Amino acid sequence: MHINNQMLILASMNTFNSENTQAGRLTKAPENFLAPADIRQVQDEAKNGRRGFLRRAFAAAGAAVAVPVMAQSNPVPEGGGDPNILNLPAHSRGLGQSVATDGYGKPSQYESNVQRRPSPGLTQTAQASVSFAPLQSLFGIVTPSGLHFERHHQGWWDIDPSKHRLMVNGSDEKIVKTPMVFTMDELMRLPVVSRFHFIECGANTGMEWGNVAVPTCQYTHGMLSCSEFTGVPLKLLLDRAGVDYKRGRYVLAEGADGSSMTRTVPMELIESGEVIVAFAQNGEMLRPENGYPLRLVVPGVQGVSWVKYLRRIEVGDQPYGAKDETIHYVDLLPGGQHRQYTSTQECKSVVTTPSGGQVLLDQGFYNISGLAWSGRGKIKKVDVSTDGGRNWRTARLETPVLSKCLTRFNLDWVWDGKPALIQSRAMDETGYVQPANRQLRAVRGSRSIYHNNSIQTWLVQESGEVKNVQVA
Amino acid sequence: MFKLRKAGLLKLGAALACVYTLASAPVAAESLYAGIGRSATPKEIAAWDIDVRPDFKGLPVGSGSVAQGMDIWEAKCASCHGVFGESNQTFSPLVGGTTADDIKTGHVARLNDAAYPGRTTLMKVSTLSTLWDFINRAMPWNEPKSLTPNEVYAVVAYLLNLGSIVPDNLVLSNTNMAEVQKLLPNRNGVTTDHGLWPGKGMGNGGKPDVRAVACMKDCVSEVVIKSSLPDFARNAHGNLAEQNRMVGAQHAVDTTRAPPTTVAEARIAAGAIAPVAAGPATPAALTQKYACVACHGIDAKIVGPGFREVASKYAGRADIEAYLAGKIRSGGTGTWGTNVMPAQTLSEAEAQTLAHWIAGGAGK
Repeated sequence: MHINNQMLILASMNTFNSENTQAGRLTKAPENFLAPADIRQVQDEAKNGRRGFLRRAFAAAGAAVAVPVMAQSNPVPEGGGDPNILNLPAHSRGLGQSVATDGYGKPSQYESNVQRRPSPGLTQTAQASVSFAPLQSLFGIVTPSGLHFERHHQGWWDIDPSKHRLMVNGSDEKIVKTPMVFTMDELMRLPVVSRFHFIECGANTGMEWGNVAVPTCQYTHGMLSCSEFTGVPLKLLLDRAGVDYKRGRYVLAEGADGSSMTRTVPMELIESGEVIVAFAQNGEMLRPENGYPLRLVVPGVQGVSWVKYLRRIEVGDQPYGAKDETIHYVDLLPGGQHRQYTSTQECKSVVTTPSGGQVLLDQGFYNISGLAWSGRGKIKKVDVSTDGGRNWRTARLETPVLSKCLTRFNLDWVWDGKPALIQSRAMDETGYVQPANRQLRAVRGSRSIYHNNSIQTWLVQESGEVKNVQVA
Repeated sequence: MFKLRKAGLLKLGAALACVYTLASAPVAAESLYAGIGRSATPKEIAAWDIDVRPDFKGLPVGSGSVAQGMDIWEAKCASCHGVFGESNQTFSPLVGGTTADDIKTGHVARLNDAAYPGRTTLMKVSTLSTLWDFINRAMPWNEPKSLTPNEVYAVVAYLLNLGSIVPDNLVLSNTNMAEVQKLLPNRNGVTTDHGLWPGKGMGNGGKPDVRAVACMKDCVSEVVIKSSLPDFARNAHGNLAEQNRMVGAQHAVDTTRAPPTTVAEARIAAGAIAPVAAGPATPAALTQKYACVACHGIDAKIVGPGFREVASKYAGRADIEAYLAGKIRSGGTGTWGTNVMPAQTLSEAEAQTLAHWIAGGAGK
């Protein structure tokens, strides 16, 4: 029913629908740069096709941006002025609050809608669960630490850092020359690096493999965050302990919490200097929910390998077959085999604004904005389509563009009030292009749960409400 | 001059190169970072090195029977995982979906059956070490690492028995784990032939399995929507209007209402969301907000009197709260000295809240 409707709408997308002009709204907009004569022309032209109109109308108005008929979203009220301007508010007439009113400042009370949230029904317990970052409300590339997505397997802890230890040992006596223990005081004396990286759960967008399941960008893509991490390259600690790098090609990372999470990491990533034992995030110590006081940072690799509350590193000559490498985080393929040790997060992107559940309040100019990332390196290009993937325009990449880090993209767009299907498609520096979900499913089927990096589609309906859809 | 500077830079460069060599060479690292970290003792390693690999390296000596496992299961596991491993609809089922034929082939046939509800642990697990390792390190869920090695063997034995993989009389031990491994129904069900292992030891070297191209124009002839969020699920994640910023390029739709059909309707719906009302302010918050504490201490004078000094001075007064509320709003001078307290622009209700708090002794 609904789907059929949408298909009809799409079929008529190329023919101008005169009902969309909403002529009555034009009179509300006295500051509109179109003169009444122009408006009449617009209405006439609307009935006869619009290409010529756009060129003429805007040449006449001298507009810099090709805006179609629009009403002012902020019209002048009856009294000849905005009461928010005419009546000075209390904050212009009184004494504000003191310094250090709050020793650790909080966001404005008006931002209280911006929260990380669980997806109802996804998990049955609150300690083995997920909360999703509100990507639709974030700017730039850094996730505020308090909004970082959470995945806990057995609840989170706030661990006394003076009692936390990191052990480095080997799977046998020869593979690590001197098994060692480090206190936090010691680790924090060592040379550190600070780097921006994304972290994405391998199951991000997993609910959408087969069909649309959730309403907003927060739930489709919110197991994704990006921070500046500061810590000691793991290579330095392994060098300190004396590792046989010829035999020791696999590293086990283990947490100190109840679940004592374990994951195998390839030695190649540690040798590259990328893997760090991090204690800080966005200028302060890690948040407890993110592994305070110590977590592993494995750039480009799915979040489950970024072991929190890191207590032990073991160097071995074989992968470890941990629970989350054997029973979970394995990808079921057509034919019944599971892919094991899938770790890299492939190139992916999503438009965060406009996105599912939002409403475009008027026609006219919008900034399409989103995030792109790749576990294989830097983002090279992001293309955006507003017609469901028929035609694409290349978006602007905002700086910085960093390896294995979120990259923000923006693109000018003028909404003409008709249904639009908004997509983004990222390419990374290896030349890999983010696939459509039909391309992904053709190879992997739709039951894999993990590693869904397909192109996301948002349908902007005529009402302005944006809806999560998938196109064939 | 120029020559001198250049020579200086060269010297500095040489010094930096030297430091770099020290930092990157393993032997030098030992001396450079001497005193940071110490050798782990055998006792410490034994306490933490609990992992068990697929080749059973790390497996402690011990044993446990199916019968012993049943007792432990019913006491410590069944509350979450169900008496039969079916998991009471809380956690993922552990048992079910495997057959005697799967035990022969090492492939669970039902993994190909999309209609089969769920995928149980015994349908997926390919290495027995994984069950032992995980139960030992993380179970029971609310009391991890409390089982003895013998109890872990017993629980693993019972779990396999629930799945009809081992007989009722099995005693599982470090000596027969490798034999039991050969019975796991999905032992041949995993592959590392993929491009998502970022190392050389496994996989295909990082070659992607899906190849898309960045077409720019007329890329698809027909766009058909094949899936969209059903209307009944529109509000399933709560009112989306409360999950988006209340200001910005887009607002969020009020999903407690019917879907809007026009932009005008949508705007009314989205704009109708009132700002979140702040709860009644606490006295402590008010003293911060109006900077009272800049001049008044809790106990003692700063510029004006301490709040508790005020409370004790007027303790006998019947109208103490009304009097103080009035003084807060009007300000004054002379009662406590010559410093002037300016009139405060706070509401009557806020003044009363503060007056009540001061009269009550300015507690926390």
